[in-house]
Amino acid sequence: MKKLRCKVYMTAGCNTVSFGTGRKEFNPKKARPGLEKYIQDAGQGTLKLIGGAKNVDEGVIGNFMAARFNKQANLPAFMPMIDEGLLWKPAISTEGACCSGGLAVVAGIRSVLAETGDVVLTVGFEVQNTVKAIYGADILAGAGWFQDRKAGHAYYFPGKFSDRAGEYFKKYGREKTRQAFARWYRQAVENARLCPTAQEYHNTVKDLEAQAMTEPSASAFVEYLNVFDCSKVSDGASAIAIMSEEGLKKCGIAKKDATEVVGWAQVEADITKPPADLTQLETSRRAVAEALACAGITPADLGTVECHDCFTIAAVMSLEAIGLCKPGEGPDFILQGHTARNGKIPFNTTGGLIGWGHPTGATGVHQAVTLWEQLTGKAGDSQVIIPKDRPYGLSVNMGGDDKTIAAIVYKRAE
Amino acid sequence: MDYVERLQHVAVLGAGGKMGSGILLLTAMEMADLSLKPQNRSKEFVLTAIDVSQAALAGVINFLRTQVKKAAEKKTGLLRGLYADRQDLIENYDIIDQYVADVLALVRPTTRLEATYDADLIFEAIVENPELKVKIFTQIDHNNPKKPWLFTNTSSIPIHELDEKAKLGGRIIGFHFYNPPAVQKLVELIKAEKTLPELVEFAKTYAKNLRKTLVPSNDFAGFIGNGHFMRDALHGIGEAGRLAKDMPLHEAIYMLNKVSQDFLIRPMGIFQLIDYVGIDVCQYIMSVMNPYVKDEDLHSDLLDQMIALGVKGGQFADGSQKNGFLKYDKGRPSGVYSVDKKDYIPLAEFQARSDEKLGPLPQTAKPWKTVIGDPDKDNTLKTFFQELRALTSLGPDLAKRYGQKSREISLKLVADKVAQCEEDVNKVLLTGFYHTYGPINEYFN
Repeated sequence: MKKLRCKVYMTAGCNTVSFGTGRKEFNPKKARPGLEKYIQDAGQGTLKLIGGAKNVDEGVIGNFMAARFNKQANLPAFMPMIDEGLLWKPAISTEGACCSGGLAVVAGIRSVLAETGDVVLTVGFEVQNTVKAIYGADILAGAGWFQDRKAGHAYYFPGKFSDRAGEYFKKYGREKTRQAFARWYRQAVENARLCPTAQEYHNTVKDLEAQAMTEPSASAFVEYLNVFDCSKVSDGASAIAIMSEEGLKKCGIAKKDATEVVGWAQVEADITKPPADLTQLETSRRAVAEALACAGITPADLGTVECHDCFTIAAVMSLEAIGLCKPGEGPDFILQGHTARNGKIPFNTTGGLIGWGHPTGATGVHQAVTLWEQLTGKAGDSQVIIPKDRPYGLSVNMGGDDKTIAAIVYKRAE
Repeated sequence: MDYVERLQHVAVLGAGGKMGSGILLLTAMEMADLSLKPQNRSKEFVLTAIDVSQAALAGVINFLRTQVKKAAEKKTGLLRGLYADRQDLIENYDIIDQYVADVLALVRPTTRLEATYDADLIFEAIVENPELKVKIFTQIDHNNPKKPWLFTNTSSIPIHELDEKAKLGGRIIGFHFYNPPAVQKLVELIKAEKTLPELVEFAKTYAKNLRKTLVPSNDFAGFIGNGHFMRDALHGIGEAGRLAKDMPLHEAIYMLNKVSQDFLIRPMGIFQLIDYVGIDVCQYIMSVMNPYVKDEDLHSDLLDQMIALGVKGGQFADGSQKNGFLKYDKGRPSGVYSVDKKDYIPLAEFQARSDEKLGPLPQTAKPWKTVIGDPDKDNTLKTFFQELRALTSLGPDLAKRYGQKSREISLKLVADKVAQCEEDVNKVLLTGFYHTYGPINEYFN
């Protein structure tokens, strides 16, 4: 198992609002900010906390499909737009579907480990409300194998995860699993209500679980999932600074205000092959096992987790992939309240993909920001208690149908 | 001739109009959906769009392109199935574009009536003029050897009269869409005495495929929808006239419009609805209906007066509202027409005074938009009307009289056998006029 050759820290996280349906100020008929504004807002927010662009050595920008949503490529060249202090400095972009943000964070970690930079500004973004959902589905389907698109559902990814849910129902029972979906949805929205940048921040529905129990309709959407089982279409960006020990010193950041990366893994599965078992996230399982081994801990040492709940069924399978419970026991784990903010191991404390939002290329960075906030006590109303004996946070970011995975283990720096 | 064969050669008369273009759109998509089924691929499907105006036909093609695209975006799953064997169509983008192209490819716009001469099915949505309809039906039937079926969209003319005068031998049926046809769920189905049973069967399947709610109406002038609306409108006009003895008419019109909207929780007030339909259209429908009704006079001097002054209401080509009884700013009423001053008086000049005369709304009052989407609508309405009944100011009094009159009109439609049952009248008002409750209720007793 690989060992980290030097210490890697993260600090100065910043999120824009996750914008889309659900936000009061969202009006599909009104003009909206473009990707420039999102990149700039998140990037500048982080720069302000680290003493400005002069301290930055490199940039990484994570994004999935600006090439189609916004007809824009050559994204590294947007870094100097954030601040002219970034002009003439190196930057790269990363793409791995919904794990693009996770890859951006991993790229930043690699730069510090490779000692090419002491301070890496890492930004993730996606601006998806430029097209109607039915066309957005085409664009997001790029996370799957294009040779499979023809046979796929109009809503390609909801279709893929609906198939997984159907298989899971068959193997482990429908009713309890759907109840767990509904509980997950409720927790996601309730957490989002505590986070002002969350897409569901304004959600006022009283009985969320009853709403989430709406019967799925194959003719209106997909067979085994309803819309509450799915993350929404979002515009948003997140940024964080990834630093070496020298970087922290250069920026004048105290260790207590930073998280330390204690383990990470990045794993790929073959996009041209369907999953061997639809009821399991095998790639996620491998990535998490590797990251935990790298950190030298077990799932029992985790204090909080940010998992990739693009769909409720993905959340259920994540619990099992992480190793917190056995296959088939994910629904019980949720229904027993273990993942709630006051439960044994709070999950997705600012709402996750379903509650906070899923600006695809931003999500992996947003997870890093939320864990930084939680582990350093900066989460405001969203703050959960991190037990002293379980000081670790884990993020799992997934691209496509369990194809590209980045898993990272953090603790508060000392 | 089966359902599919009947829909292979179709014509829409008056395709450039608001009703005709909607009927054209729905029929074009139904025909395209049939043509895409594997067993129908080799068959010819032709939909002729006929209108006297070239400009209107040009507009219709653009309208179709936009609307078919919108519809396709909502049924992409189904379309992916229909195009499953087209390996070149992969993304939703490809499928939707192809569907728009395929639907438009069926449509042949023309100003020539001769294009109906080889149609098996003809939808008619021309101006509401009995003589003109009879003349055109006669001409078509004389020249078309295929004994075509005629689906007329008349909202007021008895079908049997058209049948007899054009000597169609029962090959005609009333198939009355509501405005706009693509959106409104309701279709009134009017079978004349001699209408052939095959037409009824076809009409039922066609309506089902279009996902329309079919309400049968007997063959009396005005049928259920206009049978209620015209009398309901005359009541509102009459009440305004009565109030106008003590105040200027434009204030009375404002008050009745407010009562029939806010106090009755309807989507628009009665004068706004008359403007929406068109003052001229309302006047004309009354004149078509009036010869057929006994014991009442379906006629309004006020409507005649407005038309004489050149104030007609109705809509612009882009769907926005023209001024009528009310003046509209971005679709919202901003003034009321004064027949004395021959101009609009801004609401700001008298609204507060009029509202004070009406008295406050019940405290539980909610806007129509809220109530129509309320899952607990029945209880909301029950509480609201309970409170309304207990109030004694002018507004609630007018509302109670209005509700009672609407109920009376509806019960008479059943008693006169225009409607087959009370439920059908309620269904027409609920689905065709978007009322939050049927007129036959216990709210006003």
